[in-house]
Amino acid sequence: MLKELFTKTKKKKYATIPSETAKQDVPEGIMTKCPNCKKIMYTKELVKTLKVCFHCGYHHQMNSKERIQSFVDSGSFQELNKGMVSGNPLNFPVYEEKLEKDRKKTHLNEAVVTGVAEIGGMGVVVAIMDASFRMGSMGSVVGEKITLAIEKADELKVPFIIFTASGGARMQEGVLSLMQMAKTSVALKRFSDHGGLIISIMTHPTTGGVSASFASLGDYNFAEPGALIGFAGRRIIEQTIREDLPEDFQTAEFLLKHGQLDAVITRQELRDRIISILEIHQPGGSISWQEI
Amino acid sequence: MAGDLEFEKPVIELKKKINELREYTKNTEMDLSSEIEKLEARLEKVEKEIYENIKPWDRVSIARHPERPTTLDYISLLFTDFFECHGDRLFGDDEAIVGGIAKFHGLPITVIGHQRGKDTKENIRRNFGMPHPEGYRKALRLMKQAEKFKRPIICFIDTKGAYPGKAAEERGQSEAIARNLFEMAGLKVPVICIVIGEGGSGGALALGVGNHVHMLENSTYSVISPEGAASILWRDASLAKKAAESMKITAPDLKELGIIDEIISEARGGAHRDVNQQAGEINRVLKASLKELSCLSEEELVDHRYKKYKLIGEYTSLNEYIGVN
Ligand SMILES: [Zn+2]
Repeated sequence: MLKELFTKTKKKKYATIPSETAKQDVPEGIMTKCPNCKKIMYTKELVKTLKVCFHCGYHHQMNSKERIQSFVDSGSFQELNKGMVSGNPLNFPVYEEKLEKDRKKTHLNEAVVTGVAEIGGMGVVVAIMDASFRMGSMGSVVGEKITLAIEKADELKVPFIIFTASGGARMQEGVLSLMQMAKTSVALKRFSDHGGLIISIMTHPTTGGVSASFASLGDYNFAEPGALIGFAGRRIIEQTIREDLPEDFQTAEFLLKHGQLDAVITRQELRDRIISILEIHQPGGSISWQEI
Repeated sequence: MAGDLEFEKPVIELKKKINELREYTKNTEMDLSSEIEKLEARLEKVEKEIYENIKPWDRVSIARHPERPTTLDYISLLFTDFFECHGDRLFGDDEAIVGGIAKFHGLPITVIGHQRGKDTKENIRRNFGMPHPEGYRKALRLMKQAEKFKRPIICFIDTKGAYPGKAAEERGQSEAIARNLFEMAGLKVPVICIVIGEGGSGGALALGVGNHVHMLENSTYSVISPEGAASILWRDASLAKKAAESMKITAPDLKELGIIDEIISEARGGAHRDVNQQAGEINRVLKASLKELSCLSEEELVDHRYKKYKLIGEYTSLNEYIGVN
């Protein structure tokens, strides 16, 4: 899955992750080229619209820092387990170097940032995956940080909100990566049995082992418009079934139509709609059914 | 007026006449006020006679009125903060059933209902309010979610029936309906069901296993449509009116049979004459139901539902066993 996402395909009819070369078309940082409508715009302007293209509505990838700033109450975020880093459990060649390179590039220690925060004044635990670190792939650290975040939500009796963005399992950690699917799911099951509220917001791209575990296990599953979401890679499916797939295959809209999502929510609306849902789930206040 | 029903014709004609006379007097010196008064008195009498003696078939026609308020109409009038949830997480999102979370007088509830369209285009999208299995499975998903978060469930019933189609059978229409009956029996939260239009058979009942079941005055609830019954019983669908008379499908009938708890009164001529008033009536009954049911524990709620359904059915026993010896 991961390798496939990096491979440049010639016919780009469908959602793909912007490749390194595409990004270099325009001066890094100052200008951004919209991969959908191909228009070039000032990055500064794009940030003002929550990185939603003001020409075509395309949702550009947000990193974890931008997501925190735009989603939770200002100043409320307290990061958990910030210092946790991957080892190289399988002694995989050049894995450590790759991790080090991404740490320098992204100023992140791993592909997920977790923390306690407030949204609309209501306490939550949030986990935000960051596709700019190793394609958001899930290894031991991603699994452990998400599990600890779920346990934190359970302890504080607050909702758990996760933004997913992942190419899937981290190949360099082999079967340990696969088991993170089970580990996070086991934690979610216990949290859910305790009555915990789980909200999953799938962003571009949410694939493989992440889509097949916590991303799909929300009491509410949402996605951003146009996000690529799926288990198997498009090319693998096409090769297996020897059929062309529809253009909207594995998009958020495709998933909504096929019963997998509660709603597709634009980035501009997201915060307000999540606040509205959190309010409905706030533990009983002073009024009861006897008093209505 | 479009959508006037057959049985109301005398009322409509009288009203028309009165209006014509009024218009006429505006433009002439003639005093017709005594004529108008006479007609108004007659209208009052005719209205009373017609609307107090509504026949079952007339109720069928009111329940099917194209302008009859739908689930989403009531949701917008009764609740705040409605958030619609889509999909069964299995196959699709069936728009013949809508559901989601909302607040009722400031407290959280889950609301689910059959949804007809208001025009042809919407009716095609919503399959005329006739669900496929994925609709029932979405409903069940939302009910289980409500149970997890301990909020009451309100179901609005309004369907001609589950969709009779090939795809529906392939995906297990029967299993989907059966599963809902089974799971609704065990829900640990109050379940209140209100028939707002047509309660067509198993497709209606799949949202209908509740602690309290209420019916709007002119709604119907039956094992099969009157047309269907006529065609099975007498091989003639045109005898639907006769079938409607004999099948016990109106709210007063079901009340008498002990199947429903309350009849929710409608405006003269039907809910479509005054949607706000209708929402007000539903609000009153819903509040009373919630007050009553919220006093029960989880166990008591399940037991309450068990006893309710255990009591339904009529039979006698013979004093002596007549064997086949
Ligand atoms: Zn664009």
